Amino acid sequence: MATTEEVKKLAALARLTIEDAELEKFTSEFDAILAYVGQLESLELPADLAGGKPSLRNVMREDGAPHASGAYTAALAAQFPAREGDALVVKQIITHE
Amino acid sequence: MTIEEAASLLRARELTVRELWDACAVAAHARNPELNAFLEIFDADDAAIAAAQKRIDTEGDAAPLLCGIPLAIKDNILIEGKIASAASKMLEHYRATYDATVIRKLKEAGALFVGRTNMDEFAMGSSTEHSAYGPTRNPADTSRVPGGSSGGSAAAVAAHLCIAALGTDTGGSIRQPAALTGLVGLKPTYGAVSRSGAIAMGSSLDQIGPLAKTVEDARVLYDAIRGKDPLDATTIPDALYPAREVPAKLRIGVPRHLLEAGIDADVRAAFDATLAALESAGHTLVDIKLPTSAHALAAYYVLMPAEVSANLARLDGIRYGHAARGKTLLDDYLLSRTEGFGPETRRRILLGTFVLSSGYIDAYYRKADAARAVLRREYEKAFESSDVVAFPTTLSPAFRFGEKGDPMSMYLEDIFTVTANLTGMPAVSVPMGTVAREGLHGEPVQLPIGIHFTAPHQAEESLFAVASAVENAR
Repeated sequence: MATTEEVKKLAALARLTIEDAELEKFTSEFDAILAYVGQLESLELPADLAGGKPSLRNVMREDGAPHASGAYTAALAAQFPAREGDALVVKQIITHE
Repeated sequence: MTIEEAASLLRARELTVRELWDACAVAAHARNPELNAFLEIFDADDAAIAAAQKRIDTEGDAAPLLCGIPLAIKDNILIEGKIASAASKMLEHYRATYDATVIRKLKEAGALFVGRTNMDEFAMGSSTEHSAYGPTRNPADTSRVPGGSSGGSAAAVAAHLCIAALGTDTGGSIRQPAALTGLVGLKPTYGAVSRSGAIAMGSSLDQIGPLAKTVEDARVLYDAIRGKDPLDATTIPDALYPAREVPAKLRIGVPRHLLEAGIDADVRAAFDATLAALESAGHTLVDIKLPTSAHALAAYYVLMPAEVSANLARLDGIRYGHAARGKTLLDDYLLSRTEGFGPETRRRILLGTFVLSSGYIDAYYRKADAARAVLRREYEKAFESSDVVAFPTTLSPAFRFGEKGDPMSMYLEDIFTVTANLTGMPAVSVPMGTVAREGLHGEPVQLPIGIHFTAPHQAEESLFAVASAVENAR
């Protein structure tokens, strides 16, 4: 059983706010989903898969120069919520006070 | 009109590219207030229309079949300079800074784009009811959903507002709406089509694919968009998997043990009748067993939210997208994400955060990942005695708005389709007739349903063969 406190904690981890009005509904829906996916517990796995090693692996490639420097700067900067020239404006997080 | 028919008329000079474009644009503007299939209908691109006409005039039959063909594009596929919102408030004003690889390929083939189509927010849903811009309506009965998440693309094609469309499929988002609107929908082999420029949902599951009126049209679109792409490291070269012959008489595997409960009686009857028609056309039916399929949806609802929570973490209100501002940087993140994401998106992010959290990752995520490997083995075993595996695409025809209000009942819509995403195998939904239901005022309506086939990795040709056989048998 998920509790409203647990859902609140998950929301904080996920950088989301769940309003109190929504919290009960979210928690009960969460319970129903977890009850369903919990059926995986009863699944018996072949011995060679029980270790849980992922079947996919990461593929690395050499760094290259995929496009001319600055080719996308104007288009990307146009999406910034706030900008100074081509720089993205963000909140100051370290103060001298 | 199909791609084949339109291309033939364009080449015979019985139709100009401009006339074809205008016909689609007029229909789209006329029907969209009712259907809400398009989030935006684009203005005519005069240069592209003129270029396509010139190419047909000079190259004739050598011009690509898609030259001058108006297509609809799901709102999570980037077209340079156009908004790509994934039907979310989070990306309401986001303009694509580049073309998705599939869009570049379609542009090179001379295709035109009617508009961007509605969808469940970030492709999470099976009804298009989770769009931040209102639901899309099913052209077969506007009191019902068109399926989802590619419901806008499906409705646009089914209502003849474009010739064909692209969708994306993470757990059935092309095939289920294709079934519910009477179209052919293909989810290609994982890695067959580049996802560069598709807004990611579950990166080990997502594929782009066609929604079309005929099997041949689906093949034309698939051929145009497929291929290895340096911009998507998960794309695969041709012949990565062992080549499979496509016999004239196909062996169709039927996992009858999975079809015993839950399917509407008339859907089941249509499925059996379609199989019988295939059998009388000379194909053979083979009994197969896929025991772990009963756990596929559970595994999917662990793996997919885990990937969703990771993929959507990038949307934090800092560089692009919805940007709310509070007192602290943390407030900026919290406000932007809480205001920007709809309820279903937030639900799946929370679920993903949960299954990846310490203490639960072994019980849920690793177990689901292992289940995925077992499923793949079971299918590979089944493909020793069969060329394709058949299911009904859905348990029922299109449902009414609001009918599946609790998340779990909506998730069950994907019960047959998710397995192909988990195994990475290609799958197609093909129309298998209609079933009668009541319309909004008690009048009888005929609702489309689909039959679903899965094939081994890179055996799309087997899917086209069996899908054509269904088309011809009807």
